Amino acid sequence: MVLVLFGVLVITFLLSHVVPADPIGAILGPQAPLEMVEKIRHEWGFDRPLYEQFVDYVWRVLHGDLGKSIRTNRAVTRDLMNYFPATIELATFSTFLAIVMGIPLGIISAMKKDKIPDHFARVFAISGISIPVYWLELVMLIVFYYQLGLLPGPGRLDPYMTYPPRVTGLLLIDSLLAGRLDAFVNALQHLIIPSFVLGMFGAASIARMTRSSMLEILRKEYVRTAKAKGLRERVVIIRHILRNALIPTVTVIGVTYGGLLEGSILTETILAWNGLGQYATGSFLYLDFMAVMGVTIFIAVIYSLTNLFVDILYAYLDPRIRYG
Amino acid sequence: MGDDMFRNVKNEAQRFVDKWAEEHRYQIQDVKFTMYLWRRSRLSLVGSGIVVALIVVSLLAPHLPLYDPFELNVQNRLLPPSWEHLCGTDQLGRDILTRMINGSRISLMIGAMVVTIASLIGLVLGLVSGYFGRKIDEAIMRLTDMFFAFPRLVLAMAVAAALGPGINNTMLAIAVVSWPIYARLARAGALQVKNEIYVEAAKSIGAGHMRTLFLHILPMILHLIIVQATLDMGGVILEAAGLSFIGLGAQPPSPEWGLMVSEGRHYIHMNWWVSTLPGVAIVITALGFNLLGDGLRDIFDVRTRR
Repeated sequence: MVLVLFGVLVITFLLSHVVPADPIGAILGPQAPLEMVEKIRHEWGFDRPLYEQFVDYVWRVLHGDLGKSIRTNRAVTRDLMNYFPATIELATFSTFLAIVMGIPLGIISAMKKDKIPDHFARVFAISGISIPVYWLELVMLIVFYYQLGLLPGPGRLDPYMTYPPRVTGLLLIDSLLAGRLDAFVNALQHLIIPSFVLGMFGAASIARMTRSSMLEILRKEYVRTAKAKGLRERVVIIRHILRNALIPTVTVIGVTYGGLLEGSILTETILAWNGLGQYATGSFLYLDFMAVMGVTIFIAVIYSLTNLFVDILYAYLDPRIRYG
Repeated sequence: MGDDMFRNVKNEAQRFVDKWAEEHRYQIQDVKFTMYLWRRSRLSLVGSGIVVALIVVSLLAPHLPLYDPFELNVQNRLLPPSWEHLCGTDQLGRDILTRMINGSRISLMIGAMVVTIASLIGLVLGLVSGYFGRKIDEAIMRLTDMFFAFPRLVLAMAVAAALGPGINNTMLAIAVVSWPIYARLARAGALQVKNEIYVEAAKSIGAGHMRTLFLHILPMILHLIIVQATLDMGGVILEAAGLSFIGLGAQPPSPEWGLMVSEGRHYIHMNWWVSTLPGVAIVITALGFNLLGDGLRDIFDVRTRR
């Protein structure tokens, strides 16, 4: 993993330093006087040899310093801490919805293989990965906000609401801590559209994995034995099949969580959800390379950590797997 | 006399066909069985239908009786769908259906280019990795690990931002992030096949590495690559649209679908069609390729074939 993360560092660094795009030109505009450009290049260290810049950068990353953002003029780490909780809240809630939708769909699909419910569940699963999240969000906004007025519009809270004092940055928890039930309900309502959309996206792969691993296990002999000795269908499904079939599903859930962090990039722009996604998009468009590198590395670390966690969980759930 | 000659030729041809069919009996059975499986799975039939229709429409686009996708007509701006403009007009008075149809050319081209580039890179690296093994294998596999540890879209965004916006750079950015899966597939296939007796036989009669790799191993794993490529088409088209949506892909006035959704989103309050209808095109396209790919995977799956 360390090797992989080092590779990620190299790639992002190369991407942001050996490219045709010119961040300083983008900030100062084409009319900027040459001395000024030179001065800033020197200030940011762009005039030093590449390997020196790289060693310097790695050294600072290892000390938890991701540099300073040109756009916000703050430390990138501070920006990340600022924006990250909103995304965590969204991704966690969406993963929860994805599990709630995905696993039952997968089970139904496997039990009624090649029948109508299976076709329906498969179409749902394939739609989940075929529908662009930002588009579904727009459609839901139009229907449920503009037309029906059932759900609140963009943002994490209604405009007239004051934010509860920031403790964790997760609005649901902060509002409860402050005893603000109104803010809690409002935040929950604001979560519905984005987390349903992301949840549907995640449910697709979860349902697919549940289905195929259940089909695999349905063929096993011990399932036949269990049925033959007269156990009820429900008992066989829950005690014999699901326990084994859900192990691969756990892996997919882990991967989904990482994927939803990524999916939030596209969602947040539309819903004015000021999380990591919006910060990333802004930095990418502004060529704010310190922030770009910071965001990329940060997401890669989270991604690898989830994968690592899933691997450990996997070995724990399935005693047949042991990493030597 | 002439009749005789004709009959002779016909018989000769018939005999030739029969002989060919006899020699290739198993291949023919295989193809027939594949066709049977394909016809039986309704979802992949639907997928094939969508994909074929899309390709036909995009090829015919310049010859269809449509409006000009770029012509501005401010008097007609934001017209709702009607008989004259089936999908309405956008904020600059351009016919949305026309732009959607022209956009299909862009999306399909991006998809095809990216998948071709990515699968070629992945195929060569994967085959080499699996066939030669040892240090080469180790190096290439660590490289793919790195890409798998990386969230795809973020990396594609970083590459696209670094290269600057535009369709060509979008294709490059997505190709850079999508080759590793092909490398893994090709490697697994090569590992499985390389110790088969027929490969050994080919080598023992003097086939070189290149010949063994590309004539004896490649054909055995090609179907894996094709299935993956079909599945990828949908994903790539979605990613390209996503990049354009956030402003890192195609630039105005291009009728790229993601860009159209993005441009129309400022008008969703009163004029829902501007942004949502181009999105429908994305959904249908991705759905078509994903259904087809999903079906193909089942068809080529050894377990279904047993």
